Amino acid sequence: MREITTDVLVVGGGAAGLSAAAEAATAGAKVTVIESDLQLGGQLIKQTHKFFGSKDEYAGTRGYKIANILLDEIDQNKKNVEVLTNTTVTGYYIEDQMFTAMQGEEEYFRVKAKKAIVATGAQERLIPFPNNDMPGVYGAGAVQTLMNVYGVTPGKRVLMVGAGNIGLIVSYQLMQAGVEIAAIVEGASRIGGYWVHAAKVRRMGVPILLQHSILEAKGDKVVTGATICGVDDHFQPTCEQKEIDCDIICLAVGLTPTTELLFQAGCEMQFVPQLCGYVAARDRTMRTSHPDFWSAGDAMGIEEASAAMVEGRIAGHSAAASLGLPVKKENFDEYWKRLDHLRAGEVGEKIRAGIGKVMRDKWEGR
Amino acid sequence: MTDSEKLFNSGVLTEEKPGAVKPPKDLWESKKQGLVVVECPQRIPCNPCNTSCPTKAIKPFADINDTPEIDYEKCTGCALCVAVCPGLACFVVDLTFSPDKALFKLPYEMLPVPAKGDTVDCLGRTGEVVAKGTVEAVVEPKKDRTNVVHVSAPKEFADKIRAIRVVK
Repeated sequence: MREITTDVLVVGGGAAGLSAAAEAATAGAKVTVIESDLQLGGQLIKQTHKFFGSKDEYAGTRGYKIANILLDEIDQNKKNVEVLTNTTVTGYYIEDQMFTAMQGEEEYFRVKAKKAIVATGAQERLIPFPNNDMPGVYGAGAVQTLMNVYGVTPGKRVLMVGAGNIGLIVSYQLMQAGVEIAAIVEGASRIGGYWVHAAKVRRMGVPILLQHSILEAKGDKVVTGATICGVDDHFQPTCEQKEIDCDIICLAVGLTPTTELLFQAGCEMQFVPQLCGYVAARDRTMRTSHPDFWSAGDAMGIEEASAAMVEGRIAGHSAAASLGLPVKKENFDEYWKRLDHLRAGEVGEKIRAGIGKVMRDKWEGR
Repeated sequence: MTDSEKLFNSGVLTEEKPGAVKPPKDLWESKKQGLVVVECPQRIPCNPCNTSCPTKAIKPFADINDTPEIDYEKCTGCALCVAVCPGLACFVVDLTFSPDKALFKLPYEMLPVPAKGDTVDCLGRTGEVVAKGTVEAVVEPKKDRTNVVHVSAPKEFADKIRAIRVVK
């Protein structure tokens, strides 16, 4: 089996991974980025809305344009960066300190890396209800991929489940593509996403039904409707039920960090509800309990892409430093200042609480 | 929870809040080109309204999570913030447009894009049709596909109209 070697292996070419790769390559590290999709950019390439944050996080710029900015930065250091797309890292074998990867469908190879940055992002959650396997039930990520990558609308009338930022933004994007939103249902008593994103769809006439959820999908072979119901403070269905006419049910009910590689590397993992699943303990350099493993972005806890990009910078900076390459300490401080700002608001409260549980000052026995 | 709180929790402004206050009445009624109305009542990490404002009428943020505060004396109604705000939460309302009509400068990212002279539905904060309006101009200040549609409609709806729908 073929074997490649690299200084820094970045697993995942999304917001966090590209930022990490750009940072480490600029410092002079030989970086290999492995991305399972056909192109780099991760979720950024599907984001047609303008980002929040400050100038440092490209506020006011649409997500897909931010992907281009990061790709340009990598291109400027292309002598240091090798990119493998359509390639999946399939495992890490701790006894040989070896990654295995698969290019396309059949070509397997090994990767030996001095340092690894796991920027694997997240997976969508789905919720159980009768007929949720019927054609017409989508995850929000699939809807975004269809519309914003391939230019295909998924249907004509959508029931959106979940009013977090993804549910709100994807609803808006569906309307831009000429698709009607029958309603957005949200189990909690307030929207989970930014209030302004909700206001944007409300003023276009979309009802947001708080304390409501989906009971079942209706239809014979494909979705033709849904039954929704009110839920109480404990998310238990009330007797209030309603039929919704729709051909698409779009689930935007949250994400879970993708952490298999971190588990395989033996990193200290902890379930943190505020970060939406099992995540690795980390120090302020985004290094895990494994001295050669860093992680950044949604893999370290579900948060906005703006924060993922800064975490990627920190991880890339630290991985390069650990190779003995010259890096500027003030950049590290600057990145943390940005992160602290991004997390200072009311939406950041949950993130701060979650990170507090897994942030380590030092590692035992190192 | 009151009905008004429920409505607010679903993304509908129901009363003035920090980050979502009306301009002072006297100045608003006399200011040519209008004044900005910002509806951004939640602390989120975002500041392009301030950084894009040519006159710094949107005051500098001590913390990027601050909600916007406005120095209305400095606002020229230029509507650059309308084009820039990622949350589409800035609007300009010009009460001097005509004796009975106000000019609303509203962000618009839908299709079709209306043309000058078109009659459009003017929508309130829950998408209800408040009035018919006339499109006076369509501009794209940042050339980034956020249009700012200038639409005239009866002045009495100055506090209601926040969006338009193109009627086919």
